[in-house]
Amino acid sequence: MNARPPAPTPPSLGRAALLVAEREVTSQVRTRSFLVSTAILLVGVLAAIVVSSLLAGREGDDAPVAVVASVAGQVPTTDGMALVDVPDADAAEQAVRAGDVDAAVVPGSGPLGVEVVAMDSAPQVLLDALTERPEVVLLDPAAAEGGVRYIVTFAFGLVFMMSAIGFGATIAQNTVTEKQTRIVEILLSAVPARALLAGKILGNSALALGQTAAIAAVSVLALVVTGQDDLLTMIGMPVVWFVVFFALGFVLLAAVFAASASLVSRIEDTGVVLQPAMWLTMLPYFLVVFFNDNAAVLTAMSYVPFSAPVGMPVRLFLGEAAWWEPLLSLAVLGASCAVVIAFAARIYERSVLRMGARVKVTEVLRAGTAD
Amino acid sequence: MLELHGISRSFGDRLVLDDVSFTVGRGRLTGFVGGNGAGKTTTMRIILGVLAPHAGQVTIDGAPVVGGQRARFGYMPEERGLYPKMQLVEHLTYLARLHGFDKQGATTRAEALVERLGLTARAKDPVESLSLGNQQRAQVAAALVHDPEILVLDEPFSGLDPLAVEVVQGVLAERAAQGAPVLFSSHQLDVVERLCDDLVIIAGGEVRATGTREELRTRYGTARHEIVADGDMGWLRDVPQVRVDELAGGSAVFEAPQDVAQHVLTAALARGPVHAFTPLRPTLAEIFRDVVADEPDLEEVAR
Repeated sequence: MNARPPAPTPPSLGRAALLVAEREVTSQVRTRSFLVSTAILLVGVLAAIVVSSLLAGREGDDAPVAVVASVAGQVPTTDGMALVDVPDADAAEQAVRAGDVDAAVVPGSGPLGVEVVAMDSAPQVLLDALTERPEVVLLDPAAAEGGVRYIVTFAFGLVFMMSAIGFGATIAQNTVTEKQTRIVEILLSAVPARALLAGKILGNSALALGQTAAIAAVSVLALVVTGQDDLLTMIGMPVVWFVVFFALGFVLLAAVFAASASLVSRIEDTGVVLQPAMWLTMLPYFLVVFFNDNAAVLTAMSYVPFSAPVGMPVRLFLGEAAWWEPLLSLAVLGASCAVVIAFAARIYERSVLRMGARVKVTEVLRAGTAD
Repeated sequence: MLELHGISRSFGDRLVLDDVSFTVGRGRLTGFVGGNGAGKTTTMRIILGVLAPHAGQVTIDGAPVVGGQRARFGYMPEERGLYPKMQLVEHLTYLARLHGFDKQGATTRAEALVERLGLTARAKDPVESLSLGNQQRAQVAAALVHDPEILVLDEPFSGLDPLAVEVVQGVLAERAAQGAPVLFSSHQLDVVERLCDDLVIIAGGEVRATGTREELRTRYGTARHEIVADGDMGWLRDVPQVRVDELAGGSAVFEAPQDVAQHVLTAALARGPVHAFTPLRPTLAEIFRDVVADEPDLEEVAR
């Protein structure tokens, strides 16, 4: 009988999880579909921001500006402005309110002796034309946020939903495929189910977070390039918070997706078991789309673990959250992650080896031992 | 050595394994033979701990198997499963690393095994692009890559061409020679017959026969001989205690006790030249038929 070399020490739980995570990442990063979809996503984000900025710029080809006759001399005739003479300040304000002109130059205090009146923002071209920056009176400052507010909240919701559904579905699919092909039996003879689940969550979360961080980076870059610095300062911190919240929020969903998928043995059966997970993923998006001007709903959203990754950054963006609120919400999210993962691990461990009919959650949670 | 003690298991109210006990000795290739639904796969899954028995236990060298020990098992499941998109060597390396080998050691091992199984040309191909026979070899490699101490293989030879059977057979014999207990199931009785040292025959969830190949042959086989002579052998029918199975001119196959057979030979020689006189050993297929003859209808495959 030949001497047999000593058996290697089995890897620790953490090391095994890292190995599993590494495989999840490398095998996905190499697929053409992943690369193509990521590229399309990033180009799409870039294009959306650049195009919207171009459209916004062209809007004021010749920005109509009303000028009160008494200060007409103060306003030089520049390209990009169409000056309209009005008799007095009242008439000028009326023209602005009616939308006939983008802004009006009226007599006022200050070194120039003029003031600019506008609804939500004064055309840059006008401000540039005046030798010194005049005082700007905005008639309806709240509207400034209207469009942007909608787009930004919508973007947070959309990015979270798309990314979570995409990677969540990948986790679910991998889990069922492993079960269906029985490779899970081979894997589990080497490493515990917990390591397998942890690695799966870790690997896909890393990918999802990477993709989201890339989207955030591209957005920031695009805003800088198109010169929308003011918008950038508004969304800068919320975007950072979004990425942080996303990391934890996705881990939460990943655990739910993996545990749900482990209940069935065939890809064809995944649809039904994944439904609750899908709703949890889509809910924040719909809430934020329909209730983005409802402070109460947003506040609730920003603390409920499954919607906090969208709700809290939106509130931060709107300036409605105090500095400690994201920290508190993050703590709540972290705690629920721990609880949900513990449950998910229990479900996964006990159902991943059960082939055939769909396993009932209650049955798995109640059962004393793995069957 | 690997032992099963009184393993029982039912699915719903259907008893799939009933008091199954047998031993797989170190260094022994043990063939596990039975019809569809006899309980082979269920037994193997219980050995691996993939399924829990409702009664009985599995022991190694007398001690019950605990979780960590199963990492030293090499297992080939009934349904072949590897990640379809992973490259072969990469996949094997991954499995070896999960068992605790470092990256370098795991790669060396994977490459050596791929070469041993004649898959070198396919080493960098994704598993899904391999032919069925090659996927089967890959699956054998997956069971062996971590140098397991005990091998449990469900149908390792199904779908292999004769050359590949030879290769896999060689690899398994090597592992057994290194002292590993090897248990494998197969439908190909000729392969089992050629390869295994010990046999376990299971039918209807019960072990019907165990023992070495030779033991089973003497226990269940009937003594038969073939004789080929110049003259017509028709006279054989009239010899007492002889039962003629086949007769065609000068050649005959007959069943008779040893001393009567010798008597037949002398009688034949007295009548003219004899070209052949061969004891026919029962084939495994015959033994199998005998042992499971009283089995009721084969049930659906149990998992």
